[in-house]
Amino acid sequence: MGARSLLLRNGRVIDPVNKFDSVVDLLCIDGLIAEIISGKRRSKLPADCLEMDMTGLWVVPGLIDMHVHLREPGQEYKEDVASGTRAAAAGGFTAVACMPNTLPVNDCRAVTAQILAAAAAASARVYPVGCISRGCQGEELADYGELQSAGAVALSDDGQPVVNAQLLRRALEYSGNFNLPIISHAEEIALSRSGAINEGEMSIRLGLRGIPNAAESVAVYRDLALAALARRPIHIAHVSTGEAVSLIRRAKELGQPVTAETAPHYFTLTDRAVAGYNTNAKMNPPLRSEADRQAIIDGLVDGTIDVIATDHAPHSLQEKELEFDQAANGIIGLQTAVTLALQLVHQGIISPARMVELLSVNPARILGVEGGRLTPGVPADVTVIDPAKSFVFTAESVLSKSRNSPFLGMSFTGKPVLTILQGKITYSDLA
Amino acid sequence: MTEDFSFKHKHIISLEDLSVDDINLILRTSESFKEISTRSIKKVPTLRGRTVINLFFEPSTRTRLSFEIAAKRMSADTFNISASTSSAVKGETLVDTARNLEAMNPDLIIIRHSSSGTPNLLAAHVKASVINAGDGTHEHPSQGLLDLFTVKEMKGEISGLKIAIIGDIAHSRVAHSDIIGFRKMGAEVAVSGPATMLPPSLECLGARVCSDPREAVSGADVVMALRIQKERFQDPLLPSLREYASFFGINRQLMALAKPDALVMHPGPINRGVEIDPGVADGRNSVILDQVTNGVAVRMALLYLLMGGD
Repeated sequence: MGARSLLLRNGRVIDPVNKFDSVVDLLCIDGLIAEIISGKRRSKLPADCLEMDMTGLWVVPGLIDMHVHLREPGQEYKEDVASGTRAAAAGGFTAVACMPNTLPVNDCRAVTAQILAAAAAASARVYPVGCISRGCQGEELADYGELQSAGAVALSDDGQPVVNAQLLRRALEYSGNFNLPIISHAEEIALSRSGAINEGEMSIRLGLRGIPNAAESVAVYRDLALAALARRPIHIAHVSTGEAVSLIRRAKELGQPVTAETAPHYFTLTDRAVAGYNTNAKMNPPLRSEADRQAIIDGLVDGTIDVIATDHAPHSLQEKELEFDQAANGIIGLQTAVTLALQLVHQGIISPARMVELLSVNPARILGVEGGRLTPGVPADVTVIDPAKSFVFTAESVLSKSRNSPFLGMSFTGKPVLTILQGKITYSDLA
Repeated sequence: MTEDFSFKHKHIISLEDLSVDDINLILRTSESFKEISTRSIKKVPTLRGRTVINLFFEPSTRTRLSFEIAAKRMSADTFNISASTSSAVKGETLVDTARNLEAMNPDLIIIRHSSSGTPNLLAAHVKASVINAGDGTHEHPSQGLLDLFTVKEMKGEISGLKIAIIGDIAHSRVAHSDIIGFRKMGAEVAVSGPATMLPPSLECLGARVCSDPREAVSGADVVMALRIQKERFQDPLLPSLREYASFFGINRQLMALAKPDALVMHPGPINRGVEIDPGVADGRNSVILDQVTNGVAVRMALLYLLMGGD
């Protein structure tokens, strides 16, 4: 859109950082938040202002997905920065943090620069996450100073855990020199052993190797202890078990600087979703029991879990249409995250403000990037949500290059309808 | 059950999918086919002109031969594909294999594979009927059915019997099908073995999990042994075959706790002296070879019910 200013009229502006939740007008000028206009007081508007009617809609700080796999460089057949950020914009996200398990992995300036170059024309801000270990091999530290100066905002070997405890300890320590948060994929490989689904009734019924909850909790316990030893914060990725939630809760009660994220599928689905050997319900960590799902929800409510992040993991049909134990792990999630989070709001489990914290305020804070608020002067990254819009999540509507989602064909209520990045519209689904 | 009950399943993938009426029909049909194998000319024209493909990704003596003999005795044309000599070694995916087979219009594909769920994947891509000859650690429905047939033949009724299954229950597709089948038909099933092979969630299938094999075998009408595989020492699930044989093997002492006329069963192949004492395997309670004979009859019944209708 060509207009240099944008007036979002009569929307419910929800801005928890500024303790704001009211129906007002929001004015953006030259890509920045300019003013919150309440009541009938009408400021003098710029000449070429685009006015948009936000009646009945929520206007929130641009959402940030801090756990996304964009597959560029090296696996562009299933996603790239362009398609992934288009999917992100359609999901209401103005920024994503992309994981380094690309081909080659992102453990150096060159790959970070390649990602950022592709991101220049993208539909969302892209914050690269660099590897914890060189080559993501789990043996040596990567060059954190180089990664940070190249533009990486965090470190992770996501896709696999750091098996060597001493390496993770040193990584936690050294990352402190560059203020890079460590995002830990907590998994005890000796217990998960290339399992296919959660260890429980479904693994018996389907005859699939199970991954016990302990594979996650043992690793979370270890990672928390290492972070305490290194006196550094740590962020636990994709929490899926009640046990991990309890450990993180206890660590926070003791004052340890820990943050944690979960993905929408962990608070929406259980391991029953793999019935019929549905590989679009296969991911790592796996979908767990109903008790775990409830514990995740409790964690979202009481603050144990700080972030909802999708772990958007595109895979092609030839990687999913295989024997279940051979199929790749992961599902796409950018375009369903807000919708699934809204289900918790509709059920009265979390408030709209809490949803904004989980999807914008906290990811911005943990990554140390701008975002999560609508304070005048900050970039105009804004997400508009229609909490009442009914729609079917069709394969045709998927903007990702991959379609591996267990939610295809389902009907939902509530979705993002307008995404604004630095004052420019990157997605619109307004009636 | 009503006189005009007909078999409406297109595939035989899991005993979970079959009703009690379905199983009774299969058992009755098996009985009528058993006689054919005792004739000097072991042939009936029932399935003449039908194309049956055995698609075996795992080695097999009994099951494959049993299906092939069953099909040929009913005059079907059978073709065997084994993974090691197929394009699977060139990296052809299961779905592509399925599409290529389907292009040659088979009537029935019998599949054995090391990954659970593969019969479902195959069935989604072919018009042919699919029989699961063993998928990973999920099920082996024709084995379960022939075990049911054997017990019914020897004992008259399955309902109310006490079945004991001893061995690597967690990883045995035969055990899973047996538990499901025997429970559906009203028998009690107790399972036992090393705790590493006996996850508590097994109870969801309806079996009583006993930490001591003596408890499972006590008063049993049927004692079933499962093969202990050498690959089970990884994980690690077992310290040695010797330990297994000493504490979990089916021997005379253990059999003394079962009913005097208890049946001794084993899906084969047996490891003599490991999961079963040779004397017990060859003894007068053993129906292990009857199971093999009945396997042909049961498989003829399955082929007939899936293909013989028109």
